[in-house]
Amino acid sequence: MCNTCGCTITPGNRPLVLAETPKHGVTTVTVLQNLLSQNNHQADHNRAHFDAHQVLVINLMSSPGSGKTALLEATIKRLRDSLSIAVIEGDLETENDAQRIRAQGVPAYQITTGTACHLDAHLVHQALHHLSLENLDLVFIENVGNLVCPASFDLGHHRNVVLLSVTEGDDKPAKYPVMFRAADLLLISKTDLLPFLDDFSVEKAEQNQHNLANTAPVLAISAKDGAGLDAWIAWLHAEIAQHKARLQNQQTTQPKVHQDTGLPSVAEVKPKFYPVSKPAAPR
Amino acid sequence: MHELSLCDDLLGQVIAIAADNKAQAVASITVQCGPLSGVEPLLLDSAFAMVKVGTIAEQAELIIQSAPVIVQCQRCGEQSEASANHLICTACNSPDTLLISGNQLILASIGLDCAV
Repeated sequence: MCNTCGCTITPGNRPLVLAETPKHGVTTVTVLQNLLSQNNHQADHNRAHFDAHQVLVINLMSSPGSGKTALLEATIKRLRDSLSIAVIEGDLETENDAQRIRAQGVPAYQITTGTACHLDAHLVHQALHHLSLENLDLVFIENVGNLVCPASFDLGHHRNVVLLSVTEGDDKPAKYPVMFRAADLLLISKTDLLPFLDDFSVEKAEQNQHNLANTAPVLAISAKDGAGLDAWIAWLHAEIAQHKARLQNQQTTQPKVHQDTGLPSVAEVKPKFYPVSKPAAPR
Repeated sequence: MHELSLCDDLLGQVIAIAADNKAQAVASITVQCGPLSGVEPLLLDSAFAMVKVGTIAEQAELIIQSAPVIVQCQRCGEQSEASANHLICTACNSPDTLLISGNQLILASIGLDCAV
C-alpha cells in the first residue's frame, strides 16, 4: 500500500475520505493504514522464517474444550512415523496441553498468555526462539480456545483449521462469522457424541458455514473413535505437498483471513530468510 | 479484550504521524471498523481512553465509523449489501463472492493541531 495514489481507497472507505472537510487550525492527514499493520508485519516475518525451513504451519482455532488437543494427540499417533511434527500451545495458564503433546513424543512449546485471549504474531515469534524448526514437516499452533479474538490475528501460519464440536450447537458459524469465515478447513468434532444429541445437525452447520460464502471443505471427525481421521490426514498430506510445490515456485501459502484484510494487498512474496534463533544458513 | 492491544498499534501510528507533521496535539482520530473486522467499537473506544493518557493524543477524540458489508459476486457480477453472517450472492445464491467492504480495520485519518 502506498498512501499516495489512492490505491488504498476502497468502496467501503471512499465516502469517509471524501467527507473530510478542513477545520480551522486542524490539518487532516489521510492515513488509511491497517490497524493490525504491526502484527501483520511480524506475521510476514514469521511466515518467511517458516518457509525458509519448508515447514507447513497450521493454526488450530475453536472454543475451549472442542477437542483441539485430543485431535492433535490422535493426529500425532498416526503421523509421527512418517512426518516430523512440533506443536506450539497457547493457553492462559498451565503446561497441561504441552505435556499431553510431549507424551506423544513430539516437541511442544507452551505459550502462557496470562490474561490475553488470543495468540498474536509477536507471541509466536518469541516461541520460535524455543523451538527448533530444523527438519520439521508440520507445525501446529493450538490457539487459545476462543471463537472471537484469534480470528483477527495473522500468526504467520499457512492454514486455519477451525473445530466445531457437536455439543456447541450447529449455529456457531452464524454466531461467530469472523471466525468461521477464516476457516480453510472446518472440522466438526466429537461426532461420537452425535447419538446422544438431538439438536445438532451436521447439514445445518454446513449450511451456516456455506452462508458465510466460505467454500472450504467440512469434515466430520471423532478423535475418540477415529471416524473421519483418514480424510483429515489426507487433507494434511495434500496441504504439505501443495505448500512445498508453492515454495518451489517462490510462493507461499496464505491463510484465508490474511487474503482480504480490508486494504488492497500489494505484498509480494519475499522468500527471504529472517533469522529468529540462529544466523541464516546459506541457502 | 484484544481491543487494548490494537490501541497500542493505533497509538503508535498516530504518534509517528504527529511527529512527522510536527503537530502540537492530535485533535481527532478517525478509525473505520467494519462489522467483520472482529473489533467491537465500544470496547475500542474505552481501550483508547486508557492508552491515550499522557501522550500527544491525550485530548484526541476517537471517531469510529462503521462500514457496510458489501459482497461482489464472482459468478453473476452483482454487487450487494449483505449481513455479517450471510455473505452469499443475494441475486444468484452463489457462494463465490468477494467481500469488498465490511472487514476494514483502518486508521482512516487524523486531525492534527499544527497551529503555532
